[in-house]
Amino acid sequence: MSDRKIYADAKTALEGILKDDMTLMSGGFGLCGIPETLIEAVKDSGVKGLTVISNNAGVDGIGLGVLLESKQISTMVSSYVGENKMFAEQYLNGDLEVVFTPQGTLSEQIRAGGAGIPAFFTKTGVGTLVAEGKEVRNFDGEDYVMEMGLTADVALVHAYMADKEGNLVFRKTARNFNPMMATAGKITVVEVEHLVEPGEIDPDHIVVPGVYVQRIVHVPNPVKHIEKRTTRPRN
Amino acid sequence: MAWTREQMAQRAAQELEDGFYVNLGIGIPTLVSNYIPEGMEIQLQSENGMLGMGPFPYEGEEDADLINAGKQTVTELPTTSYFSNADSFAMIRGGHINLSILGAMQVAENADLANWMIPGKMVKGMGGAMDLVAGVKKVIVVMEHTAKGTPKLLKTCNLPLTGQGVVDMVITDMAVFAFDKEGEEVTMKLIELADGVTLEDVEATTEAEFIVAL
Repeated sequence: MSDRKIYADAKTALEGILKDDMTLMSGGFGLCGIPETLIEAVKDSGVKGLTVISNNAGVDGIGLGVLLESKQISTMVSSYVGENKMFAEQYLNGDLEVVFTPQGTLSEQIRAGGAGIPAFFTKTGVGTLVAEGKEVRNFDGEDYVMEMGLTADVALVHAYMADKEGNLVFRKTARNFNPMMATAGKITVVEVEHLVEPGEIDPDHIVVPGVYVQRIVHVPNPVKHIEKRTTRPRN
Repeated sequence: MAWTREQMAQRAAQELEDGFYVNLGIGIPTLVSNYIPEGMEIQLQSENGMLGMGPFPYEGEEDADLINAGKQTVTELPTTSYFSNADSFAMIRGGHINLSILGAMQVAENADLANWMIPGKMVKGMGGAMDLVAGVKKVIVVMEHTAKGTPKLLKTCNLPLTGQGVVDMVITDMAVFAFDKEGEEVTMKLIELADGVTLEDVEATTEAEFIVAL
């Protein structure tokens, strides 16, 4: 197996594929399973006017929060951004455009985009702001709103393990949006905690097949952040 | 006298049934997991991508890769499964989850729900709430009866809606209401009063029209 998908570091992995005004997808839920090293490299590249599709916007100083701070993002497509003060500030004073999207609609838009489905109908959001200006159609007596599939120029993904072919495995709830985003990027770049040889992952355990993955960077022992540390006492 | 947060959660737990798959929202709804009757099998769904959610971890055993939809650290159980967010909402939208318990800012007498946005002020987003209320079989709202004296049970929601006609039951600190959707029009029914609360107390703090069915 060649190393043709393997890049030495995040900067190299993003070389030649970032440009102003492009659309990025960024995996993760809160700070769980975010491609933090790749996001830092996007910041260092200085690329701006970004449309970023991501469930959340990080927190101040971590994850996508750093791209908000550096004002590299012009539009966010997200379901929930309550954790980010800078986001609220930039949104309320008009510096940042936000497309609030119901979470399940967002993940289905990404799944559809990656699967070559241009649009679909869902009952989520019927009769709300979300449905404004969109086609509503009645199926079997119930109204559904049409939502478009989403793709991105580049998808940034975090995986627990990859082999050199780009077959991916995720860990616990760090899976979240990462598998769909891997399918919806014209170019998908993955940062992985463990990089192994083909054959080392049981093919039955592979969640994302390597066909969706173009570039891989190995980031061993990443610092993982906990937003809300909740515990129970030992009895 | 009215119900405490714990008592509201306890009342909501009475709606659980053996074998239910349940999604709990942030705040008081989360407390419902403390009152699952002994011997009842309930699987909790966390919409980020987990079914079979366990309790908070012991101190020192937190795992950054294992959180619930409120971004709190949780644990797994022998029944746990993990899946993508798209699979998670296929479960929700597809009607495979029996019960969703969530908070609200406003509920109207026609079962409309508003809980995600205050224009020009709060810009957090709806998260998974719109999908949950649209797709889950039964939706229970647990909330304070008023917002510092201002009614939250209204004739019409004046905040942007989360869903139209989606609420099946409301549990407040003062009372329990059920929505009857069998007829042409939705009817809101008062079915229970909290300890020490009178019908007059409820009428005085509720803008919505309701039928008394105690």
